[in-house]
Amino acid sequence: MNVLHAVIDLETLVYVGAIGLVAIGGLGLVLSNHLFRMLLALGMAESGANLLLILTGYRGDATAPIIGYGPVGAPMVDPLPQVLVLTAIVIGVGVQAMAVSMLVRVYRAYGTLDIRELRKRMELEVSAAAGIPVPTSEEAPAGERPLPPVPAYRRGHRHVGPGES
Amino acid sequence: MRNLASLLFAGGLAFLLLALGAQLAFGDPAMRVGAEYLHVAGPELGAANLVTAILAGYRGFDTLGELSILFAAATAAGLVLGHRRADAPRDPPGGLILRAGADLLFPLLVVVGIYIVVHGHLTPGGGFQGGVVLAAAFFVAVLADPSRTLDHAAISWIEGLAGAGFILIGIWALVEDGHFLAPLLGTGTMGQLVSAGTLPLLSVAIGLKVGAELAGLMAHLSDTEARDQ
Repeated sequence: MNVLHAVIDLETLVYVGAIGLVAIGGLGLVLSNHLFRMLLALGMAESGANLLLILTGYRGDATAPIIGYGPVGAPMVDPLPQVLVLTAIVIGVGVQAMAVSMLVRVYRAYGTLDIRELRKRMELEVSAAAGIPVPTSEEAPAGERPLPPVPAYRRGHRHVGPGES
Repeated sequence: MRNLASLLFAGGLAFLLLALGAQLAFGDPAMRVGAEYLHVAGPELGAANLVTAILAGYRGFDTLGELSILFAAATAAGLVLGHRRADAPRDPPGGLILRAGADLLFPLLVVVGIYIVVHGHLTPGGGFQGGVVLAAAFFVAVLADPSRTLDHAAISWIEGLAGAGFILIGIWALVEDGHFLAPLLGTGTMGQLVSAGTLPLLSVAIGLKVGAELAGLMAHLSDTEARDQ
């Protein structure tokens, strides 16, 4: 433990931990191509932010902010960040539940949560509804491109879905 | 390119936060509001747990807003998920160990949840924490055996009554004291179960509301049909 203290002190360690969680969560949000993984990354970033907030109220030699918990007159940690984080956690649960229910709907409608696949299928659906050809990028090679098959259950046969037949 | 940009962004964010954190005196925060709370909250409210005292006593209005956010999220989730068809298939029940374990856990979780809610002004915990334990008590049974369902109507009633109770206590304080959600009924003896005025009542209201809200939310999620048939 003393060797560890000589190399890196506790302060840096906890700060790097909390900030690292925020950074990893943010990276996961941007880099992942799967909606559920993005939600998990959001939760991770949220935990890091909560940890960071709690750390701002930390006092070296203090007890929990409960009267009668430590010796009389002992210093206590700042209770305000703890109250705010309690609020943030509850709101985070609400946001995540909301997000999960939306993911369930997306999966039911398109049969996938992969963003690239979702974009293709949504584009197909939008063009089919509008009666226009599917837009392709100008750099696409000329001629027929093998398009991903429209899921059978989107074409009107509501009894056979992918992976069910 | 996109990966490189994201890496740079995350690195920059981490560096910025770290630079900000390095400016703070670690372990010796500048407690301006916090120190005042530590001095005043105990004698003024009579609650030993200062976090609950601040949550329900000084920041009660904030807590009401938080409850409404949770309510909005639960309502929106219910709206998005929609109704379940009566003939939709359910997941098969779990094994004997899972079901017996759920049945054994139920009374323990209920007792612990009620204890945490009721002792919110004395020990670590309070309405939010206890409410989550209560919700878990009812939800574990559904997880172990999906054919058992929670009664949505009863959950809605508990939730509505708890929310109305919270607001009614606030209005009572408005009439009595002139301030919405001001603590009433004196402070009592600190450390007793019946002390700290209306704080335990608010705590119970929060606990019931959060418990019912979360249980309803999870029941809705588990009731969802996985895919269109």
